[in-house]
Amino acid sequence: MSPSQIENKLIEPEPEHCPGPESNVAGKDDACKGCANQEICSSQIPKGPDPDLPEINKRLSLIKHKILVLSGKGGVGKSTFTSMLSWALAADEDLEIGAMDLDICGPSLPKMLGADGESIHQSNSGWTPVYVSDNLGLMSISFMLPDQDLAIIWRGGKKNGLIKQFLKDVHWGDVLDYLIVDTPPGTSDEHLSVTSYMKEVGIDGALIVTTPQEVALLDVRKEIDFCKKAGIKILGVVENMSGFVCPNCKHESQIFKPTTGGGEALCKELNIPFLGSVPLDPRIGKCCDSGECFFDHYPDSPASNAILEVVDRLRDQIELNLNSLKIN
Amino acid sequence: MEYEIPQSLNKVKHIILILSGKGGVGKSSVTTQTALTLVSKGYNVGVLDIDLTGPSLPRMFGVENKQIHQSTQGWVPVQVYPNLKLMSLGFLLKNRGDSVVWRGPKKTAMIKQFLKDIVWGNEPLDYLLIDTPPGTSDEHIAIAEELRFAQPIDGAIIVTTPQLVAINDVKKEINFCKKVNFNILGIIENMSGFICPSCKECTNIFSSGGGELLSKDLELTYLGNVPIDPKFVEMIESQNEDNILIEMYKNSELEVIMSGIIDKILKQDLPSRV
Repeated sequence: MSPSQIENKLIEPEPEHCPGPESNVAGKDDACKGCANQEICSSQIPKGPDPDLPEINKRLSLIKHKILVLSGKGGVGKSTFTSMLSWALAADEDLEIGAMDLDICGPSLPKMLGADGESIHQSNSGWTPVYVSDNLGLMSISFMLPDQDLAIIWRGGKKNGLIKQFLKDVHWGDVLDYLIVDTPPGTSDEHLSVTSYMKEVGIDGALIVTTPQEVALLDVRKEIDFCKKAGIKILGVVENMSGFVCPNCKHESQIFKPTTGGGEALCKELNIPFLGSVPLDPRIGKCCDSGECFFDHYPDSPASNAILEVVDRLRDQIELNLNSLKIN
Repeated sequence: MEYEIPQSLNKVKHIILILSGKGGVGKSSVTTQTALTLVSKGYNVGVLDIDLTGPSLPRMFGVENKQIHQSTQGWVPVQVYPNLKLMSLGFLLKNRGDSVVWRGPKKTAMIKQFLKDIVWGNEPLDYLLIDTPPGTSDEHIAIAEELRFAQPIDGAIIVTTPQLVAINDVKKEINFCKKVNFNILGIIENMSGFICPSCKECTNIFSSGGGELLSKDLELTYLGNVPIDPKFVEMIESQNEDNILIEMYKNSELEVIMSGIIDKILKQDLPSRV
């Protein structure tokens, strides 16, 4: 199945300043004049929820924990961390893990998890994800492309359609303990869609990845602001690429200098949990390029320990969440 | 749909886009350095930041507190130096931490407005640099649509980092350029190698050579590699009225490397639009 088969249901692309079909002014806004879809939007039919929502909810209710991996900034290690988190959780054989790659224009997870070039299968129960190991499934648009280098030049609406299908049609098995959702940088269509589709079932929270320099933190502040607006709990912030130890002389350099105090200071300022910092290790990048598990190869490295510590703290946060729910 | 050259480009001689499929490879750093280098070479430069949800350029140039003014002709960009002007959505936000949560159509409208309503000044611009967000989506389609009527443009500088994961995304961006007929000026490999300040040993943190291989593979010009230099971040963060970024940059090692890269582009001697 090629992405071109995924249809867009609008008659025409939405106009500039489209208030969105769920909005109160849908069909009545100035921007709606002349839009071919105006009649649909302005009709008196109650703007009920998306008719696909019950099905999405049914799928998602089988998943115990849902975690979003977010960052306003690109290239800070969202996908790297998603892959690490997946490996780390999947090390526990009793857990079923799913990883979903929502970066549609630049999917990296298949390469990092060593599933490059695979394709997904379709069955009665839906799309079957690609299994990287017995208990770790992966879903990415890259499995649907005829050519790996093909550019996906899609506007927002089309991306939303695919995200919806990912949530509605992917069959993760009878039970899934963790679904880890990797996102593209920014605060736009993908983020809005995934949060609004998952809202009813509930998201455990978001893990925010940053690097220490202020230029990255600036974008991360925006992402935190987005989470607050969207009502997503922030499980914590992890600071990636903090400090590099020269393999030759063991001198530690701050490549991305935390001139404003880095992730930890940001967390204090905004009163959110800081989960730890992970040092830059060139071997992480190499493992990602070859799709191997970093912990298996370098279990004793400082980076390995740092990542596992972050994963532990993250799980604490999630379980803390659950406990508080029970009391209520 | 209107089929005319966006107004603000009337007096722009050369347009260069800075693109990369991957985020965080240094598009904004390369844009900043390209602008500084071109200004040092005596050109009149304008920079347009179309990364709407994560604008970094105001911070890079140390002008976060400046504001855009509205004149009768349109928006007046921020003057960073006498011959360097910058326009970014970052200037329009009330609070620097505010998020811009926009779906595609609104982003497209903003970019159209940027190209229509910015007044780059009476003096013609020698170069307009356009910094883009990662990916191949709304912003990219919008800018490609707008620039369709503004040909000839010089083309795009593609920025990558050396590791395979980045190269894969960058290939997608190159395919995008082919589809929309953007000339590719060449590939820059950023973050290639880090020289330990204590022992001078060079470590390839994100491996190395990927950019050069890619350009050979696809028969594109290889513009050069830029090493990781923590001093650049330091320069950005320490700039103020006494320590002017462009003066500090002139004395740095990066300037020499960047100057070589820019010369390669200037040597292509592309025709002026005006």
